[in-house]
Amino acid sequence: MKILVPVKRVVDYNVKVRVKSDGTGVETNGVKMSMNPFDEIAVEEAVRLKEKGIATEIVAVSLGIPACAETIRTALAMGADRGILVETDVELQPLAVAKLLAAIAAKEQPGLMILGKQAIDDDMSATGQMLAAFLGWPQGTFASQLTFADGGITVKREVDGGMETVALSLPAVITTDLRLNEPRYASLPNIMKARKKPIETLKPADLGVDPTPRLKVLKVVEPAKRKAGVKVADVAELVMKLRTEAKVI
Amino acid sequence: MTTPDHEDVRVAVRKLCEKFPGEYWRALDRDRAYPQEFVAALTESGFLAALIPEDFGGAGLKLSAAAAILEEIHRAGGNGGACHAQMYMMGTLLRHGSDAQKQRYLPQIAAGSVRLQAFGVTEPTSGTDTTSIRTFAARDGDSYVVNGQKVWTSRAEHSDLMLLLARTTPPEQVAKRGDGLSVFILDMRTAVGLTIRPIRTMMNHATTEVFFDNTRIPSENLIGEEGRGLRYILSGMNAERILIAAECVGDAKWLIDKATTYARDRVVFGRPIGQNQGIQFPIARAYANVRAAELMVREACRLFEAGENCGAEANMAKMLAADASNEAANVCLQTHGGFGFAEDFDVERKFRETRLYQVAPISTNLILAYLAEHVLGLPRSY
Repeated sequence: MKILVPVKRVVDYNVKVRVKSDGTGVETNGVKMSMNPFDEIAVEEAVRLKEKGIATEIVAVSLGIPACAETIRTALAMGADRGILVETDVELQPLAVAKLLAAIAAKEQPGLMILGKQAIDDDMSATGQMLAAFLGWPQGTFASQLTFADGGITVKREVDGGMETVALSLPAVITTDLRLNEPRYASLPNIMKARKKPIETLKPADLGVDPTPRLKVLKVVEPAKRKAGVKVADVAELVMKLRTEAKVI
Repeated sequence: MTTPDHEDVRVAVRKLCEKFPGEYWRALDRDRAYPQEFVAALTESGFLAALIPEDFGGAGLKLSAAAAILEEIHRAGGNGGACHAQMYMMGTLLRHGSDAQKQRYLPQIAAGSVRLQAFGVTEPTSGTDTTSIRTFAARDGDSYVVNGQKVWTSRAEHSDLMLLLARTTPPEQVAKRGDGLSVFILDMRTAVGLTIRPIRTMMNHATTEVFFDNTRIPSENLIGEEGRGLRYILSGMNAERILIAAECVGDAKWLIDKATTYARDRVVFGRPIGQNQGIQFPIARAYANVRAAELMVREACRLFEAGENCGAEANMAKMLAADASNEAANVCLQTHGGFGFAEDFDVERKFRETRLYQVAPISTNLILAYLAEHVLGLPRSY
């Protein structure tokens, strides 16, 4: 089975994000960029499935500026076999990404697509669901465990209030939750091997997709600063303040 | 595909280092303990075998790749000092060892099953005046018998082999002071008459003094020819200096990041302290100096990789980078005010750690003396 894993280049999770002074977005100039952590979990899961003999080939896909090739290279060093870069300067929104990925899926015919449940930059959590809809495939989102049996897949998913288990037929779309696995870091020999693995470059037009944004960002602002707290002497004062000042009880 | 800046390697090292955050290094620092888990992770991932040729099981990468690995470790707030010698010390063996010696040791060093990261050179009575060392290796049948003492032998307790420099001909019997010294591979796992005593220092660096009391080394463990050891050692010094310069660049970048973040967030008198030129200018100057040092490290790497003489550049890279990291440490501590002295901020730890490179592996004065004499043609001053 072939697995397709989309990987997104985002501001590293350790970086304290700063809003651009003109309010058009966040500062990415000179900022450390990394693979979206949920996508790392997706790559790790695919590599484990290959190690178990369930997957035969892993294709890492990234969409965006040429530097996204670095993100693909990271996936290749973790164990993906080849890469596809869809190069565009256009700001990509989930709908366009889902369309592009659906077009790649039509071309590549994977048995499974594993995506991060969301990207840590815009936190949309929309691409996997839209992609499944475009393809007409079943989806198992927020997966924390995958079990393969009888040509299908059982997905344990994290939902509000507990765990839900769904059974899907293949091909299917999976999106990863934080607890699915703990991604490995690449070893030097695997980085060396990754340098020789191929990355195919395409344009959105090659896939017949118009990636123009449908949503317009009006303004990006920093969240309101947290106010300093107050110290209370005892429980009685706390209850009093919650009632009279905070008015929550 | 070639990646001149080794970005793919850097990304992987950063990822690895994320598993070893400030708390990890802080706890080790408190106990003066060796970073076993960190060194194991680096070893398992093959990073310490970066420079070993592929034929011997390494990655066969150039010096700039090793520099990138060490810079990233320090950039992440960690310290490569516990294991950086495992990367480059094998260079003497690789360049001057026999085929049998290379076959015997290099694959095991590449796999990490044998550690060669202790270098017995400096002695209490000789300092940097290496030709005046007194540790003597006397030939006796098919072995050498070693007597003497070494000091500042880093990682001797965490290494299986030691690269040992000893006199094999008394100084009065050789034509040039640099002659009559020989290099050996001493297997410390089986050595008899060897005593290693740790020395507690101002930072967590596993350094020791080592005593040899009739310690026998089989003559097959002599590297190259007897009496030519100094040259073999010197040829490895440039790599060491360049790699330590890269660590200083990493330290400086970490310190500048830390200072910048604090200056931006810390509000006093109703505004971020980084808005004051008295705070921001020293940080900006430290940044400019580290970038300049970084360029010299690159130039030294380029010359080294081209097989050209890089003695001056390797020395300058080490001096400039150590100065830049020392300046950055000072600025970072000053920016943090009282909090810089609190262990939880890691600033005081880095301040202590990076101070070492004003002195090791070569003191700044000796670098200046080298430049004055060998580059500028001024009379020898020492």
